[in-house]
Amino acid sequence: MKNVFDSNAQASLAGAAKERILVLDGAMGTMIQQHKLEEADYRGEQFANWHCDVQGNNDLLVLTQPDIIYQIHCDYLDAGADIIETNTFNATTIAMADYDMQATSRDINVAAAKLAKKAAAEYTAKTPDKPRFVAGVLGPTNRTASISPDVNDPGKRNVTFDELVEAYSESTEALIEGGADLIMLETIFDTLNAKAAAFAVEQTFEKVGVTLPVMVSGTITDASGRTLSGQTAEAFYYSMRHVNPFSFGLNCALGPDLLRQYVDEVAAIAECFISAHPNAGLPNEFGEYDMEGPEMATHIKEWAESGLVNIVGGCCGSTPDHIRDIAEAVADIKPREVPAFEPKMRLSGLEPFVH
Amino acid sequence: MSAGFSTFINIGERTNVTGSARFKRLILEGDYEAALDVARQQVESGAQIIDINMDEAMLDSKQAMVTFLNLIASEPDISRVPIMIDSSKWDVIEAGLKCVQGKAIVNSISLKEGEEVFLAQAKKIKRYGAATVVMAFDEKGQADTQARKVEICQRSYKVLTEEIGFPPEDIIFDPNIFAVATGIEEHDNYAVDFIEATRVIRQTCPHSHISGGLSNISFSFRGNNPVREAMHSVFLYHAIRAGMDMAIVNAGQLEVYDEIPQALREAVEDVILNRRSDGTERLLDIAPQFQGDGKAAAKEDLSWREQSVNKRLEHALIKGITDYIIVDTEEARQQAERPLHVIEGPLMDGMNVVGDLFGEGKMFLPQVVKSARVMKKAVAHLQPYIEAEKSDDNKSNGKILLATVKGDVHDIGKNIVGVVLQCNNFEVIDMGVMVPAANILQKAKEENVDMIGLSGLITPSLDEMVHVAKEMERQGFDMPLLIGGATTSKAHTAVKIEQNYHAPVAYVPNASRAVGVCQKLLNKGSRDIYAKELAKEYDTVREQHARKKPRSKPVTLEKARENSCQVDFSTPPVTPAKLGVTPITADLATLREYIDWTPFFLTWSLAGKYPRILDDEVVGEEATSLFADANAMLDKIIADKSLQAKGVIGLFPANRLGDDIEIYADESRTTVKGVAHHLRQQTQKDKFANYCLADFIADKESGIADYVGAFAVTSGIGEDSLADTYIKAGDDYNGIMVKAVADRLAEAFAEYLHQQVRLKYWGYAPNETLNNDELIREKYQGIRPAPGYAACPEHTEKQLIWDLLAAQEHTGMKLTESYAMWPGASVSGWYFAHPESKYFAVAKIQADQVEDYAKRKNWTLEEAEKWLGPNLSD
Repeated sequence: MKNVFDSNAQASLAGAAKERILVLDGAMGTMIQQHKLEEADYRGEQFANWHCDVQGNNDLLVLTQPDIIYQIHCDYLDAGADIIETNTFNATTIAMADYDMQATSRDINVAAAKLAKKAAAEYTAKTPDKPRFVAGVLGPTNRTASISPDVNDPGKRNVTFDELVEAYSESTEALIEGGADLIMLETIFDTLNAKAAAFAVEQTFEKVGVTLPVMVSGTITDASGRTLSGQTAEAFYYSMRHVNPFSFGLNCALGPDLLRQYVDEVAAIAECFISAHPNAGLPNEFGEYDMEGPEMATHIKEWAESGLVNIVGGCCGSTPDHIRDIAEAVADIKPREVPAFEPKMRLSGLEPFVH
Repeated sequence: MSAGFSTFINIGERTNVTGSARFKRLILEGDYEAALDVARQQVESGAQIIDINMDEAMLDSKQAMVTFLNLIASEPDISRVPIMIDSSKWDVIEAGLKCVQGKAIVNSISLKEGEEVFLAQAKKIKRYGAATVVMAFDEKGQADTQARKVEICQRSYKVLTEEIGFPPEDIIFDPNIFAVATGIEEHDNYAVDFIEATRVIRQTCPHSHISGGLSNISFSFRGNNPVREAMHSVFLYHAIRAGMDMAIVNAGQLEVYDEIPQALREAVEDVILNRRSDGTERLLDIAPQFQGDGKAAAKEDLSWREQSVNKRLEHALIKGITDYIIVDTEEARQQAERPLHVIEGPLMDGMNVVGDLFGEGKMFLPQVVKSARVMKKAVAHLQPYIEAEKSDDNKSNGKILLATVKGDVHDIGKNIVGVVLQCNNFEVIDMGVMVPAANILQKAKEENVDMIGLSGLITPSLDEMVHVAKEMERQGFDMPLLIGGATTSKAHTAVKIEQNYHAPVAYVPNASRAVGVCQKLLNKGSRDIYAKELAKEYDTVREQHARKKPRSKPVTLEKARENSCQVDFSTPPVTPAKLGVTPITADLATLREYIDWTPFFLTWSLAGKYPRILDDEVVGEEATSLFADANAMLDKIIADKSLQAKGVIGLFPANRLGDDIEIYADESRTTVKGVAHHLRQQTQKDKFANYCLADFIADKESGIADYVGAFAVTSGIGEDSLADTYIKAGDDYNGIMVKAVADRLAEAFAEYLHQQVRLKYWGYAPNETLNNDELIREKYQGIRPAPGYAACPEHTEKQLIWDLLAAQEHTGMKLTESYAMWPGASVSGWYFAHPESKYFAVAKIQADQVEDYAKRKNWTLEEAEKWLGPNLSD
């Protein structure tokens, strides 16, 4: 690990990760959905007169319904999560453009980190032997830097690397300001977006003089075993390895049953901790997730027993109940030991190339 | 082909404008497709990495690099291997690094401009996540001798690893391969210098690599490929043994060391290893013997070309190869009875294989997109023949409108369906992505299409599709509807969509199915049979679904009513100053001051708040010019009175009765003039009430005298004919502008009237002093919800407003059979004066309320379900 563990939080995070399997929280969107919020709820007072609809802008809720988000964080901490994720999946200026809220991006990121930090600090105080951490989330944005939006013009792009770097830099700085303990690049489906995010994160660390551990988590979209932009899991790891991530792993798109082989694949090659937070199964025809906590925990327990993982949690469809079951299932199992690897040039295209 | 070392890496060199005349010509001519084939051929012939170089004075090298790398990203056969970004210009390298998702190699950086620049560039490369080639070049120049090569590489290694922590395994030294056998004596030892330097560097710089541009070595034998290839093989043979582990080579053209004729090999070896002073002359002497006598250059694997034409088409589709598609398509056309049969036969068969492979996870998205492009090319070739045939044959199979629904930007699947349908002689109108229902249906009418196909990838698109289906029903459509896209399913189509639309709704699981479905639905003979089959199939699916219990938290109507909003009536309601119906006209010049411009810009897809939008960095200029045009239009309309505004309001005694509001003829409150029916929110609320508009009116039992108002306004009288005038004159822009401006004036009228009501006609806020901005932000007391919108979503309630106000008589405004208002620029709604009244959305309601509502409206349950459709729960 080349990250500088310059604060107590980071030192205790590294220590904890060596001792036990850490538990990440579960889905935020699924929990928000349960509140059946409506346009007026999303707007709150602050945006009562916003000129376009904001319903569905979940990240905005850290400003307009902070109590709801805070309570969801607490529910996950209560369920046993060691690391909770800020509610900032779509909070970059690029994703916020959907609601014409680019200018609010910074405020959302700061507020989201503060809210999560407040919850985490409260639980750390309650159980000092189990300190809690906040991962500041950088989502994939809704644009792809290496896939054309137009079938007839394969060279076209709807976002550039530089635009992504600018957006991610702003988010990263705000997350750090709000008190995030880690930075997490999550649900990566286009590696070039993630490389821009990583570039922004390092640049921001340098600018503000703070270096936080970075978690990198990609998404294998389907049975092809590849990211949406076409890379295999191993190729994807080599594309991101220069970040010296605290952890590398996979999340979303698949349930634990289908995700296992790819977790296995990256566990065999990654020179850092392995994280995995699958969906609660595949969505049914109505976009709902049916896999219950005990079933999900059974899968993840097996991963732990096989020595594949260091950090586990849930993605779409998972709830505090799922996380509680998962936390209990892995409580007494030793985390994966990070193997030593021979220094080799590890390149990638869509496929890995090691020399 | 290889020099026999499995650990040796071939880097393809043909995609280099400085090294390949052909590639240079292709790039200069902008023939990127053929240029991509060059890249593909290299990978197919064994290049493990491809070097890309666009350093050419006649080119915008940066742009060419970006364009080519972006195109490569869409070619999985090429982009599966890592890229080497090759340029002598740092800005070209950096632009290239921003285009590759894989871990690439930079070629190259060096100490040429000193340590500071060198380290700054290396640090950037590390941050972009790439490895790098470091040339043996320093402030003094390019290293030629062994000692200089070693010295510069060791120094580079030291500063890279020690000062910026560059991973040693990501450093590749290029100690410079120079031409030998040039006739200049100082050059004779160049190969040996390279080989020996390689040996020392590999020993002293752990984990680093050695590479070089191989073709330089044989530069003096240009024109004699067999000798050049022999020189390359021999050089590699020795350099690899010394530790060279990569080289930029023409992967398809490398002689096997052992297969070089012995005489040639010995002569070459003498030159490479500088074993005798007359080596160059001896090689020159024997070289002509081998001219053109070498083995045929290795070629790409073309064995597939020997298969039948159908198989070749299939291969080209699966592999995304366009090279031979025209030739093959033409051959197939000549064999086929009709050109269309080529599409229906081999091409569709090939696409079906692609579809299957994709479904099985054996192909992935970029490959499928490539296949679609091959298909398009083939179809484009056949098109003229099909057209020619048409004149004496039938016309197109049918006209199909495709669109990705509002809120969704994913269109790859839709595009593929479009291609496939076009291939099958359907005329396709593709409306693109994020298309609102209204636009889809309008276009469908305009183009008189035979069928509509909706696509979407994200979950919210499901609801939008339901909405489109309902709108089709409401607007009296009769054409079949196709549903497709990643989140769609037969179950969702059956349960949520199909029941909302009386004509056939077909779920199409993949592109290859689309043709069959469309043909069945458009053929008069088979349509009814197929529609029945579909209906039966969906019934079964619905039955299966009914056995499953959905997750949601509705509450009963009774519970929702218990949690109604308890507004405070301790201050008695203000009696309107002027009860009854009052027609009001307004001067357009007055209304102009009340316009909320922000939505006007949104109409034209310019997002941003007025007036800030006029100075917006991106759209400011366009917004300003649009704003000027709108004002010019307003000036004209006001001056020549081509538009007129008319309105009517009514203020009535009223009391609440359950969720209804009884509206009385006069203060005696004995004659009921009409009953307004309202809906109550029916999802579980923890912190809020379950709102219903009736909550804002005092209960009949309370004895409190309360009031409600209604209004209907239009500023669109004359808008249609004015817009038509423009459009007929070919001025679509102003045709739209008329309607956009009229819409704004109608909203402004509603705003103006509401203010007059508060100040004067009702007079519950006589001292209000709000400017236009505050009005737009609804800072005033009371609300004016409109039937058909969130708080009172049921459209037929407009009829009551029309009856109460005699709206048609007073204003000329009409309601269509689906309760849309005419003219388009119209607004109607209710007035609620209570200070606690607020806007909300009724959202999903349950069966008990539907039943209750039907009773209150004296409707059958069926009618209620029809009009409440958008608010019905699962």
